Amino acid sequence: MSACCETPAFEAPRAPVSGGLRTIVLIGPPNSGKSTLFNRLTGLRQKVANYPGVTVEQRKGLMSGVGRDDLTLIDLPGVYSLTPYSEDARVSIDVLKGKMPGTPKPDAVLLVLDSLHLTRQLMLAAPVLALGLPTLVLLNMSDLMESRGGQIDPLKLARELGAPVAQISAVRGTGMDAIPLFLNQCALPNAVRKADQLLTLPVLGNAASTHSWAAQVSRRTDYRAPLSAENSRRLDNILLHRVWGPLLFLVVVIGVFEVVFSIGQPLSDGFGDLLGHAANLVRPLLPAGWLQSLIIDGAWKGISSVLVFLPQILLLFLFIGVLEDSGYLARAALIADRVMRTTGLNGKAFIPLLSAYACAVPAIMATRTIENKRDRFATILVTPFMTCSARLPVYMLLIAAFIPNITFLHGFLGLRTIVMLGLYLAGFVAAMTTAWVVKSSILKSNEAPFILELPQYRMPTIRSLAMRLVDRARVFLRQAGTIILAVTLALWLLAHIPPVPGQGGHYTAPELADSMIGKMGHVIEPVIAPLGFNWKVGIGLISSVLAREVMVSTMGTLYGADPETQTMHLQTALHTDMTLGGAIALMIFFAFAMQCTSTMAVVRRETNSWKWPAIQFSYMLVLAWVSAFAVNHIVTALFG
Amino acid sequence: MSVLTDLRIGETAILVSLDLPDSVQNYLMHMGFVPNAEVTALRRAPAGDPTVYAIDGMEIALRRETAEAIRVRSANDATSSTVDVSAEKIPGTSNSGRQSKIHEFAGVTR
Repeated sequence: MSACCETPAFEAPRAPVSGGLRTIVLIGPPNSGKSTLFNRLTGLRQKVANYPGVTVEQRKGLMSGVGRDDLTLIDLPGVYSLTPYSEDARVSIDVLKGKMPGTPKPDAVLLVLDSLHLTRQLMLAAPVLALGLPTLVLLNMSDLMESRGGQIDPLKLARELGAPVAQISAVRGTGMDAIPLFLNQCALPNAVRKADQLLTLPVLGNAASTHSWAAQVSRRTDYRAPLSAENSRRLDNILLHRVWGPLLFLVVVIGVFEVVFSIGQPLSDGFGDLLGHAANLVRPLLPAGWLQSLIIDGAWKGISSVLVFLPQILLLFLFIGVLEDSGYLARAALIADRVMRTTGLNGKAFIPLLSAYACAVPAIMATRTIENKRDRFATILVTPFMTCSARLPVYMLLIAAFIPNITFLHGFLGLRTIVMLGLYLAGFVAAMTTAWVVKSSILKSNEAPFILELPQYRMPTIRSLAMRLVDRARVFLRQAGTIILAVTLALWLLAHIPPVPGQGGHYTAPELADSMIGKMGHVIEPVIAPLGFNWKVGIGLISSVLAREVMVSTMGTLYGADPETQTMHLQTALHTDMTLGGAIALMIFFAFAMQCTSTMAVVRRETNSWKWPAIQFSYMLVLAWVSAFAVNHIVTALFG
Repeated sequence: MSVLTDLRIGETAILVSLDLPDSVQNYLMHMGFVPNAEVTALRRAPAGDPTVYAIDGMEIALRRETAEAIRVRSANDATSSTVDVSAEKIPGTSNSGRQSKIHEFAGVTR
């Protein structure tokens, strides 16, 4: 009998022993809370949410959360069995079996099971325990199970499984001390499990026998499933109601944007003023001349024009976080399935597409849950049409500059919100139409089944929401400090060369139109003039291929460099320099064009060829140009 | 004998068999869709499809064409066989008829 895997009751803690222990893996069914536990144990911030399929690749971290910096913990995508059915599941199984190149074979396993549905979850225990690695079975969400009247005898379960069992709550952080104890015991000599202990395991790879084995185990261990889902069901009676369901869905979506505008706008304005004051405080500290111009009018103006939108982006992410963590997202998928199936898209495409509202990069990675390759490529192809948060600064800037602040319905619905919703809708419609076209031509496939687990509703925790916001803010600031700063400096430089001889033999900056950037702008102007864009916008379109927010900082820098508009707010500067038709065309251009190198890189990685990103980029560019052309002419004809 | 889509909302039946491609079948079985499991039709999505089914304490939505391939029988005339299932020991010791059925399944999943 091994010291490690027999005794469920743990002894007093010892000093950490590493033994031969190096790599630990977290495995479990989808949505059982592995990533929440991973974050607890490593102190890292892997994305978590309340729906199956959030984690789609392995993620490594040192277990510093429990004081074991010497051990590497690997978080894996959830699996129902060890027979792979999609790409993310294959990753888990390869890592678990030590077949993943570049990842060491695991020395111990933490098997995370959701104790609310233990019978079904135990089906995974059979193949995992049969691997013969030291395994600790963690019954997660035990606090919820108990509060809902469920029960389990962990001692009996440990005896049945021949492995130690601990009840934990990864969200609350209870029961965590079992993990370092288990690891210490594993590191002791003779901790190797004998395979012949597992006589009672079922025929592997056979779902029916595994299920009846799991049912017996849960019966023999006095498992009583909690009074499930009563609250969830009552809530679903409303949220999935034939009439109220779709209506509430709409109200939620509109409400989110209304709040982002009505509360977010003043916050952003205040933040903008603050950034402006900071510039004015620094300005006298710098010697007048090119350095002052570079730092204040170039870099600071460019960066702060993007930074201003941080409060609104964070508000949007707060709402996305609430929707994801509560479990509503899966219901939204159910409501939208009808639309998805008319386009021929796989039912599983909905969740990646929804997460693309935050950013297309993780969304494209999330398509790994789609088994059918053609379905997956079709989803990847349309994902960049979904309105990601990087478009938000561009939209916000142009809407604030050009759309009057008129409200309807006693102030509950603003014209600005309507325009914003229209832009989101335009992206969605473009995605669905494209999907329909490719699914009925080049990427035709048999309709894949739609199988969607509806998780129970959970109250989002403040901790998890706060973490999302901090992470988002960090990404945003990093972007501002790297790409945006670099582009801004390059633009400032190009706007100040070649120097022209001025009064008294001093060289000064040329007129903006005569500078390098001005000349470049005038070269591309003929291509974009039919869309109602001036040469400054043209430069913005080129620089924003790096990332969409760069558009805003480019405008900030270029209008900041132009003496005529230097003292104005960016909105005012734009307003004097562009027509309404051009402004709306610019928004439509951004709705459709694939202005994002990170997305192109991830598409190239996921499809393993440059062909797809190239097709995608050209298709979206053509669509963007044509639509912007049409919109410019229509709006100009209607409103002059 | 009928299929899952015949269930009215609120109605419960006993699952008999799945007639789906191997990979889908295996996946569904790991989600609890195994022979003799109790399955209840819970609600339809606002558009009328997919339908949410309760099985094994979980709620799972299936589109019509998937649910159509799942055969069920009425829960009322099923009392004898459900008792049979609960009395069943681990697969290795169960009766031969049951075992051959299991081997059949094993063959299918391989």
